Amino acid sequence: MLVLEKRKVPSRFWARATPLLAVILTMLAGGALFALLGKDPVEAVRTIFWDPLFSEFAFYYRSQILVKAWPLILIAVGLSLGFRAGIWNIGAEGQYIMGAILGGAVGLAFYPAQGWYIFPLMILAGALGGLLWAMIPAILRTKFGTNEILVSLMLVYVAENILSSVSFGILKNPQGFGFPGSRNLNDYAASANMDLIEGTGLHWGGAAALLAVMLAWGLLTRHILGYRIRLSGEAPRAARFGGVDPDRLVLICLGVSGALAGLAGLFEVTGPAGQLSPDFNMGYGFTAIIVAFLGRLHPIGILLAGLLLGLTEVGGGIAQQNLGLPAASIKAFQGMLLFFLLAMDVFTDYRLRFRREETI
Amino acid sequence: MSEADGGPPLLVAEGLTKAYPGVLANDHVSFSVAHGEVHALLGENGAGKSTLVKMIYGLVRPDEGRMMLEGRPYAPHRPSDARRAGVAMVFQHFSLFEALNVAENIALGMEEPPPQGELSARIREVSVAYGLPLDPERIVGELSAGERQRVEIIRCLLQNPKLLIMDEPTSVLTPQEVEILFRTLRKLSAEGTAILYISHKLEEVIDLCENATILRHGKVVATCNPREHSARELAELMVGEILTPPHRERAAFGDVVLEVRGLSLPATSHFGTSLKDIGFSLRAGEVLGIGGVAGNGQDELLAALSGERPTAADTIRLSGQEIGALGPNERRALGLLAAPEERLGHAAAPDMSLTENALLTGAVRERLVRRGLIDWPRSRAFAKRITEVFDVRTPGTEVPARALSGGNLQKFVIGREVLQRPEVLVVNQPTWGVDASAAAAIRQAILDLAEGGAGVIVISQDLDELMEISDTFAALNEGRLSAPRPARGLSVEEIGLMLGGVHGAKVEEGADAGA
Repeated sequence: MLVLEKRKVPSRFWARATPLLAVILTMLAGGALFALLGKDPVEAVRTIFWDPLFSEFAFYYRSQILVKAWPLILIAVGLSLGFRAGIWNIGAEGQYIMGAILGGAVGLAFYPAQGWYIFPLMILAGALGGLLWAMIPAILRTKFGTNEILVSLMLVYVAENILSSVSFGILKNPQGFGFPGSRNLNDYAASANMDLIEGTGLHWGGAAALLAVMLAWGLLTRHILGYRIRLSGEAPRAARFGGVDPDRLVLICLGVSGALAGLAGLFEVTGPAGQLSPDFNMGYGFTAIIVAFLGRLHPIGILLAGLLLGLTEVGGGIAQQNLGLPAASIKAFQGMLLFFLLAMDVFTDYRLRFRREETI
Repeated sequence: MSEADGGPPLLVAEGLTKAYPGVLANDHVSFSVAHGEVHALLGENGAGKSTLVKMIYGLVRPDEGRMMLEGRPYAPHRPSDARRAGVAMVFQHFSLFEALNVAENIALGMEEPPPQGELSARIREVSVAYGLPLDPERIVGELSAGERQRVEIIRCLLQNPKLLIMDEPTSVLTPQEVEILFRTLRKLSAEGTAILYISHKLEEVIDLCENATILRHGKVVATCNPREHSARELAELMVGEILTPPHRERAAFGDVVLEVRGLSLPATSHFGTSLKDIGFSLRAGEVLGIGGVAGNGQDELLAALSGERPTAADTIRLSGQEIGALGPNERRALGLLAAPEERLGHAAAPDMSLTENALLTGAVRERLVRRGLIDWPRSRAFAKRITEVFDVRTPGTEVPARALSGGNLQKFVIGREVLQRPEVLVVNQPTWGVDASAAAAIRQAILDLAEGGAGVIVISQDLDELMEISDTFAALNEGRLSAPRPARGLSVEEIGLMLGGVHGAKVEEGADAGA
């Protein structure tokens, strides 16, 4: 008989090993999925994990991996703070959209003026857009005890509708021949989010993501707020005894994660995406949840997990193009990663034992 | 009793052994219980009493050894096997649905319950026969702990058990309720039901039991007739060392340091207790013991005093300053510290290291945080000082709190507050589930603190402990606090009456039925 036995102390080995094992299991199960779709599983997995890094076009793909990774990292760092405290912001996608809209709108309001101050103002507005959108579930939770998971998630769909509305309405490009979508912010010098070093994929959003990783790391290890976040997640009653105001923590965690998601949206709309359009958002806010957990809610882990998921995004794109894999199968593939990770996590707290049926 | 009739004993256990990861909970335990005998199972927390009775009740299966019930091999795979064989058990923690009434709760535990009317009649019958006043129609959520225990006992008695196991039954009872329970148990024993009585309260065991098996570290260290020994001898057998009672020089009290007036707090949950108009004052150097049966507002009172649940500013005054509206850290800064009952999850975060747990309450007074940044070396030094001064046995300060034994973690929790030199310290159940030597060390630390001029409030359900260390005594009953009285000279009856006497109606019936 197989039994799960609770460990006295969580296993450090398993806590470290599970992300790696989850990746391997995802490759195996994903391979099986691709085989069922009638594709060569080895080639599919190789295309996703190997080609972006080492194929003949890797010089281009590598910068693309970074471009995909920055928003994931930026959002996931914010989410991880809340997740550690037991505050579940599932609606980063909505905050990402609202950051892009508010930040983009500020830039478009200045068009065609030029000035060094425009981009910083847009950054502030982007963070503010995400923050305000996240304040809705935060205030509803602290005042009325609503569930922030549901509220933040549902607000994603509200944000998508607002995005669609402004793309067709007030922010539509007057010179766009009637197509939905704003002016291209990347072509407008005052608002363009350019590569800091040409061709590397390291744009301002990348700088922000790296800065967020470092600040979050410092916050969690050195600052009393980081301690309170960890404490609230591990033992809420002890946190209250230790003087933590739970409502304030909800506001802070949702606010920070919303602002970072808003920033990610702003850097995306001014850079890789270029414009606000109905299909501007591509699910970074949801994929970032996987990144946060795959990175063990640890800033450095999130940096690595963000790069890995960036790799699967780019590799998945290549596989769609070259092998004709459906886009949904790539999403399923990423979902498996989270699934296996959470499943393997059991071994951090439990050990598997084989026990003979006792006879007395 | 059974020696006389010469038949085989009711239950014989031979060489029962059960290992858990890291501990040998029971190591070749052998003992026997005769028909109609009240047999005590004595031992400190962690001595292996619970594991042993769980094996008898079919909740845990032994790794080695065997049992005989009435001369036949007995190996229950699950509690229902045990019940069919005539073994019943009343647990320390009740498994009752608070929203259902007594009869419904009892029906839920039966395999084929009779119709409600019939069952209620049988419950009344048994309750009168054994002197356990209980109304089958009452909702369990409204019952006191003592009455809930009666529900569990009657549930067992309806099965006509041959052996009734009782796990620490008096920990939740007032002295009067204990008397009623003992009369019931004696009556059962006279009718031939054997009782296996688990306790660490020696006076009770001497009062009630004819035989005792004493466990220490999972082994049987003695089998004896408790009436032939003094409580002290039994305690030393249990603990395996000589115990020294706590000691202090009684000095005159100083000025009033903490004053509480008109403190009322609504309950946070449906079955919580609301505090009603609590008032008392505490002087420097005084130990105020607050007794009471579990669930009468102890946790709520601690939360109100610690600042976890702020109230109106003028209800609590610390050295004259109004602090009722302040949070825990602001109160700590002013010198009011607290140690809650629940060690893991409330007083300490289970998965955080001792250093991080030292920071939990020490941040303010020990200056472990500067401009928002944590001074880890200083926090580590504070944690180390706690473990050294209070003899906390741990491999180091970086192990998680939950890796410590109950007694060691409790020493850490109390030590963390004591070392911060509080003006007033409030502790809830300071020695709950702690072994005797750790309990003695904790009580001594509390007395030393008071001797040094701090005011101390000890909330406890252990009356012996309160009588040992308190200067003044007050009782908490359904959220109300009695007027504090000098502890010296209080009789057990007076304390019982302060605690609310017998909970529920029909005190007289309970007394009559047993007579």
